[in-house]
Amino acid sequence: MSEMAVDGSKRRFLVAMSAAVGGVAAVGAATPLVMSMMPSARALAAGAPVEVDISKIEPGMMLTVEWRGKPVWIVNRTPEMLAMLGKDNDRLTDPNSDLDQQPEYCKNPHRSIKPEFFVGVGVCTHLGCAPSYRPEVGPADLGQDWHGGFFCPCHGSRYDLASRVFKGSPAPKNMLVPPYKYLSDSKILVGEDHKA
Amino acid sequence: MEKVISWLDARFPLTASFKAHLSEYYAPKNFNFWYYFGSLALLVLVLQIVTGIFLTMNYKPDGQQAFASVEYIMRDVPLGWLVRYAHSTGASAFFIVVYLHMFRGLIYGSFRQPRELVWILGMLIYLCLMAEAFFGYLLPWGQMSYWGAQVIINLFSAIPFIGDTLSTLIRGDFVVSDATLNRFFALHVIAIPLILVGLVAAHLVALHEVGSNNPDGIEIKKHKGKDGHPVDGIPFHPYYTVKDILGVTVFLIVFTAILFFAPEMGGYFLEANNFVPADSLKTPMHIAPVWYFTPFYAILRAVPPLFGSGFPGVAAMGVSVMIFCALPWLDRSPVKSIRYRGPKFKIALACFVVAFLGLGFLGTQPVTPVYTVLSQVLSVVYFAFFLLMPWYTKYDSHKTEPERVTDK
Amino acid sequence: MKMSRLSFAKALLTLLLALPMTVLAGEEAINLDHAPVNVDDHESLQRGARLFVNYCLTCHSANYMRYSRLQDIGLTEPQIKENLLFTSDKPGDTMHVAMASDLAKAWFGSAPPDLTVITRARGANWVYTYLRGFYRDDSRPTGWNNVVFDKVAMPHVLHEMQGEMAPVYRTEKDEEGKDRQVIDHLALVKPGKMTLAEYNGAAADLVNYLAWMGEPAKSQRLHIGLVVVLFLAVFAVVAFYLKKEYWKDVH
Repeated sequence: MSEMAVDGSKRRFLVAMSAAVGGVAAVGAATPLVMSMMPSARALAAGAPVEVDISKIEPGMMLTVEWRGKPVWIVNRTPEMLAMLGKDNDRLTDPNSDLDQQPEYCKNPHRSIKPEFFVGVGVCTHLGCAPSYRPEVGPADLGQDWHGGFFCPCHGSRYDLASRVFKGSPAPKNMLVPPYKYLSDSKILVGEDHKA
Repeated sequence: MEKVISWLDARFPLTASFKAHLSEYYAPKNFNFWYYFGSLALLVLVLQIVTGIFLTMNYKPDGQQAFASVEYIMRDVPLGWLVRYAHSTGASAFFIVVYLHMFRGLIYGSFRQPRELVWILGMLIYLCLMAEAFFGYLLPWGQMSYWGAQVIINLFSAIPFIGDTLSTLIRGDFVVSDATLNRFFALHVIAIPLILVGLVAAHLVALHEVGSNNPDGIEIKKHKGKDGHPVDGIPFHPYYTVKDILGVTVFLIVFTAILFFAPEMGGYFLEANNFVPADSLKTPMHIAPVWYFTPFYAILRAVPPLFGSGFPGVAAMGVSVMIFCALPWLDRSPVKSIRYRGPKFKIALACFVVAFLGLGFLGTQPVTPVYTVLSQVLSVVYFAFFLLMPWYTKYDSHKTEPERVTDK
Repeated sequence: MKMSRLSFAKALLTLLLALPMTVLAGEEAINLDHAPVNVDDHESLQRGARLFVNYCLTCHSANYMRYSRLQDIGLTEPQIKENLLFTSDKPGDTMHVAMASDLAKAWFGSAPPDLTVITRARGANWVYTYLRGFYRDDSRPTGWNNVVFDKVAMPHVLHEMQGEMAPVYRTEKDEEGKDRQVIDHLALVKPGKMTLAEYNGAAADLVNYLAWMGEPAKSQRLHIGLVVVLFLAVFAVVAFYLKKEYWKDVH
């Protein structure tokens, strides 16, 4: 077709340039599309840390708040309840909270910042059901050795009052403790701690 | 790499297709400015499909939530506004590009034998595009969406005997409602796009079967070289791929400039009234369709009702679109391209362009007595262009076509 | 979306009638004042946000606007929480309104519209003129009327700031040559807490805020747009030389 000599190197250079610029353009065009699949402002707002007033929780009572669409329990544990916590250690799967199911500052016998206030995510580690709060001691349906805790109605997983799972339950791990911090004596912020 | 390709070639005509449609598809070497718009239309089609998919991920086709979900995309979804503006600007860009593409066919006689089927498939694509735009326009569920759909659907009521039932069937309700929105969504995101993509493929296959026309309107296949390829043809790839890349970049500069700096385009691409949520009890003062429908809308309004029935207007509007399909058989000129046609055709075409643009303008305007007369005159000109074509093309003078393409 | 058959038939009839002859009924072209919108002026936007939350948000919602987005105009989350968060307790919430819309409808005759995209629907100039266009009219149930929105249902919420205006009429000939009274301008009859110039500034801030709220991504849009267009210009140059190089072959 051409009688003129084709400058091959110039042509290759221009093709490479075009491919490079075209590649940048393709990445640029894909960016908004991919970005639009990230969590929206609505999702972020729903996942924002939640402020909870804990002064109204009577001893022995539990308050449930929603954080990231999941139930978060706040239990004001009585001295009797706290006294029970150590007693069942030999029957627990992970009594010393060795697994990474809680922030470092809650890796203690009561799995909380202040011993009396327990904060935990109410999602069973078996299949994600919401266990129920059963603070009573030795109820008929749970047996004489029940010292108060959480019972999952789906498959019968049992947890103590620090969300530690009992051996023999289908659930493999203790329930999660979310990051949280005290804003004042009566207020906590669930979802954010001092590290953030 | 070669191994992979030969493995594929044994099972799928990969190299063969590449050759047939790109590297050994011989296109006339004298394509000019007007020949960019076909590939640009394909680009915009891809753009609309891709942005559409991502919009669908966040849009809710529900009378209670649709408007809010669009604002959600515009605000809460990261860069959602960009995807949405790309889609809304793309809709108008699609029509601009397609109108220019069609005009190219008109001036260079691309609709003439042997490309009648290419032209008709193109018209079907255009019809699908109109349907796609109409269904999609309801989705933002603003006042213009709502009342625009209401008006257009009510056009079908004017059809004798079955009209009322038909419009109720389209709406799925007695007014435009949640049911209408839901089905329009289905039609917009899956039904019409499927047909559209199929028609585009058929349009290209048909084109590559007969070969592209060119600004001289002569067949390059008449003069073949020793290698069996047209002497005035060049392989589409790389010559027209690199040329189209240039065209694409220039187009994208214009397109993104509108997208980023004037996405509303003065109320023509995104209308102010569409920022008011749909309200079935309150009609906006002035309803006009989006700009790309206005020439046909003006024809609809120009035709007076007959015996109290609005059907003639509706029929005229329908015919004004469909009449393009008849072009291959209306044109009796011995030459195809405007370059070799006589003055009669040139004058007729000029009148048609004026009529089309004039009707387009009038369709956006509220009706006044002067405007009504004007749109009636222009409607007559519009139809005369087609209906008188057999005569003015037959008795027109013409220059002799060259044997070989003239420039480049 | 309940609609009686009758009103449906009426709407349909209006439509069919409107089809062959849509007319801009009644809506006379009113000269709108130019709203000095500048969505990069964060101080003005912050003042506007405060006015909006204090005066508008009691009746009008901005249901698509999140309080937390106010960080885009230079406010911090604690500032938002302390000064602006009246209808909600979470900055991530949207600006909903406490008043139930059916209650509002009973009070004002129509539900106050959501204001998130009001400037995109009406235009900033219209809103600016509207906010400065209230005047005393004892024939209205609220005692107020407006130059751009005749028989408006909303009372002049900002009258403490602006004071009271009264219309000054001028005589004009209508199409039939008869004299008629039209409002020439408004004059202050009872001063408010602000001078008129200060009030115009406050209205400008509020409209600026409304314009920003209509499209919070606008600044980002313009910035990205500039980069994209410049990049494409470079691409076009490369593409031009690429095309030129290949087309050397074609004679």
